[in-house]
Amino acid sequence: MTTLAPLDQDACGHILRPGNTNCAGCGMSIGLQWLQQALGEVRPTMCIPACCGIVAAGAFPTSAYGVPTLATTFASAAAVATGVSAVRRLNDEDALTMVWAGDGGTYDIGLATISAAAERNEDVLYFCYDNEIYGNTGGQRSSATPQGVKTSTTPQGKTEQKKDIMEILVAHRIPYAATLSVAHREDFLRKVRTAHRLRGFRFLLMLSPCPTGWKSEPAESVELIRIATQCGVYALYEVFDGRRYRINARPDGTPLERYMSTQRRYRTDLLDLDLLTALVNEKWAYLEALERAFPARVEDGER
Amino acid sequence: MARALVTGNHAAAHALALAGEANHVARGTICGAYPITPQTEIIEFLRAFNFSKGRVVPVESEHSAMAVCIGAALAGARTFTASSSNGLAYMTENVFSAGYFRLPIVMVGVNRTLGPPWNIWVDQGDTLMMRDAAWLQFYCDSHQDLVDTVLLAFRVSEDPRVLLPALVAQDGFLLSHTQMAVDLPTLEQVAAFLPPCHVPHRINGQGKTIGGMTWPHDTEHHRHEIQLAMERVPAVLAEAVDEFVRVFGRRPAGVITTEQTEDAETILVACNTMARTAQRVVQERRARGERVGMVRAKLFRPFAREVYTTACGHAQRIGVLDRNHSPGSGGIFWQEIALSLRCRPEVLVQDYLVGLGGGDVTPEMIHEIVDDLQGRTTASPPVWKELPVA
Ligand code: SF4
Repeated sequence: MTTLAPLDQDACGHILRPGNTNCAGCGMSIGLQWLQQALGEVRPTMCIPACCGIVAAGAFPTSAYGVPTLATTFASAAAVATGVSAVRRLNDEDALTMVWAGDGGTYDIGLATISAAAERNEDVLYFCYDNEIYGNTGGQRSSATPQGVKTSTTPQGKTEQKKDIMEILVAHRIPYAATLSVAHREDFLRKVRTAHRLRGFRFLLMLSPCPTGWKSEPAESVELIRIATQCGVYALYEVFDGRRYRINARPDGTPLERYMSTQRRYRTDLLDLDLLTALVNEKWAYLEALERAFPARVEDGER
Repeated sequence: MARALVTGNHAAAHALALAGEANHVARGTICGAYPITPQTEIIEFLRAFNFSKGRVVPVESEHSAMAVCIGAALAGARTFTASSSNGLAYMTENVFSAGYFRLPIVMVGVNRTLGPPWNIWVDQGDTLMMRDAAWLQFYCDSHQDLVDTVLLAFRVSEDPRVLLPALVAQDGFLLSHTQMAVDLPTLEQVAAFLPPCHVPHRINGQGKTIGGMTWPHDTEHHRHEIQLAMERVPAVLAEAVDEFVRVFGRRPAGVITTEQTEDAETILVACNTMARTAQRVVQERRARGERVGMVRAKLFRPFAREVYTTACGHAQRIGVLDRNHSPGSGGIFWQEIALSLRCRPEVLVQDYLVGLGGGDVTPEMIHEIVDDLQGRTTASPPVWKELPVA
C-alpha cells in the first residue's frame, strides 16, 4: 500500500500556482493540485492544446503553471509531446512528458493524433479532463457530451450518446488506461503514480465538473462526481496493457435522477430515465464481464 | 566530398540526414515524417538512415509531422521534415506555429499543384501559400543547389540573429525524380559548417509557458521581432555563403543569381527550373545582340527588395515568370517584384503565368515571352501563356 502525501500540501502546489483564471469549482483545478501531490518533486513538462487548461496559464509574461508548459495547436498535443519525449529519450533524460487536454482536444479534434501516439506507444502520460463540453468557447457540444444535455449547440438536448474514449484507448493496448474521480483522492493519487511509474503511452481520464457548463453549484462539484460514481454513470476502473481490467468502485443503487437533477444542463423533462438506467446497467454488465474474464494481476500497478 | 548521381529527393534527403547526424554532439535530431507524392522518397530515405542520435517519427498526418518537429525543437533538437501540395496545406496551422514559435525547423517542399483538380505536377502555389508563416523560403534550380541550400538553411535558421524556420523548395518530378551528378559533402564537412544546434528558448525545467496568451500590444511586439529577424537574413545568409565557400570550396547561390543583367534593357525574373530554361533563352538572345538579362529568384522570404531592385539595374521592361497563381491578383513573384520596383514607375513590369499545374515551359515559350515584352509599351493584366488567345 502506497503512503500518500498529506492534505496540507494542497494550497500551493507548484504545477498550478495560485492566481490562475479557472472558474470556482472547476474540476481541472482539483485535478492539477492532486497531480502535484501525486508527483511530489517530479516536474512534468505539460503540453496543453487549446482548452481551459491553457487559458488557466494567464497572459504573457506571467504563467500560472510552475512547470515548463507548451501551448500547442488544438489537434497537436500528443504529437508535440511525442517530439519532446523523443528528444528526452535520445538524451537519456528520465523526465515526465505530459499532455493536459480537455474533451474537445481528446475525443474530437485530437483523436487521430492521440491514436497515432498510442499506436507508437510514445512515452507520454496523456491526461484528459473531461467536462463533457467545449468549456473554453462557452459550452458547445462535444462527442463527450452525454445524451440529453443542453448546450449552446444542442439547445433541445443532445440526441447522441457519449463516446466511450476509454474503450478506444484500451483498444490500442497501451500499458495503462484509467479513470479518475475528484471525489476519490486515494484512488486518484495511486493511479497517477502508477501511470508515472510505467513507460509508454498512458491515458488518464477524469470527469471534470464544470459549474459554468453544467449549470451546477461550484461548492457541489466534488459531491457531483461522487454521485456520478455512485449511480454508475461514471465508472472508476483501470486497464493494464489494454487487456487486464480492474474495477475500483461500484454503483450503490443511487438513482441516475439524483445526478441529473443536481445540474441544470439535462433536459430532464425529455429524458427517458428507464432507458438511460438500462444503458448504464448494460455498460456495467459489460465491464464486470471484462473484469471477470480478464482480471488485473495483483502485481499490476506495482511494477 | 563524393561525386554521386542522385535524384533531387535523394540530394535533399542526404543533406537533411547529414545535418541531423552532425548534431549528435548536441541534443540529437528528430524528423516528423509523413509521405506524399512527389516528396515520398525523402521520407523513405530518412527512415532508412541510421542516425546515431536521432529518430524519424512516422506519424499519421502532415499536421502531426510538423507538431513532432515543434515539440522536438522546443526540447532542443535539430529538426526537419518534408512535404508537398495538399499535405503542406494540411500542415498549415502548425507551419505557422513553428514560425511564430521561432523554431529553426528545416522543411523541404517538393512543389506540386494544390488540388482540386488533382494534379501531381509542379506548381509553386503550395509553398508560396506559406509566404506569411514566418519561414525563410529558398527556391532551388538544381540538385547541387538543393544540397547546398538545405545546409545553408540550417545555418541561417539556427543563427541566434534569425531563429526562424526555413523552407527549401524544389520542382516536383522535374528535380525530385530526375538524376544529376552532385558533390555530396562528408559528415565532417557538414559538422564543420553547422555548429551544434542551440535553441535558446528551449524547455529547460523552468516554470514558463511557451506559446500562451498575449495581449494585443505584446502580440504586435512579437510580430515586430519576427520582422526584424527577417530583415537580418540577407546579411546572415551572405556570411553563411562565405563560410560555405571556406568549408566546401564551392560558392552556392545566395539571394539571387543573375545572367547578364548589367546592361540589360529587358530582364526576365524566374525561380526553380524555369530559371534554367530562361537562362538559356537569355544566352541565345545575347548571341543575337539583344540586351536581355535574367534574375533567378532564390530567396523569396524575406524578400530582399533592394537586391532585386539593384539587379534589375537600368532595365525598362521586366517580365516575371510565375508558375503559381493567386486568384484575383496574379503571379506571386510578380507582386513582389512590382512592389520592389515602385520606386521606378517608368519601368514596365509584366506578369506571365507559365507552366501552371506542371505544364512544360519550353525555350520557345520563353522566346515568345521576350518578344511580347520587347513589343510592349504598357503592362497588361497577367498573361496566361498557355490559354488560347481569344
Ligand atoms: S469553463 Fe468549466 S472547465 Fe473551463 S475553467 Fe470554467 S469550470 Fe473549468
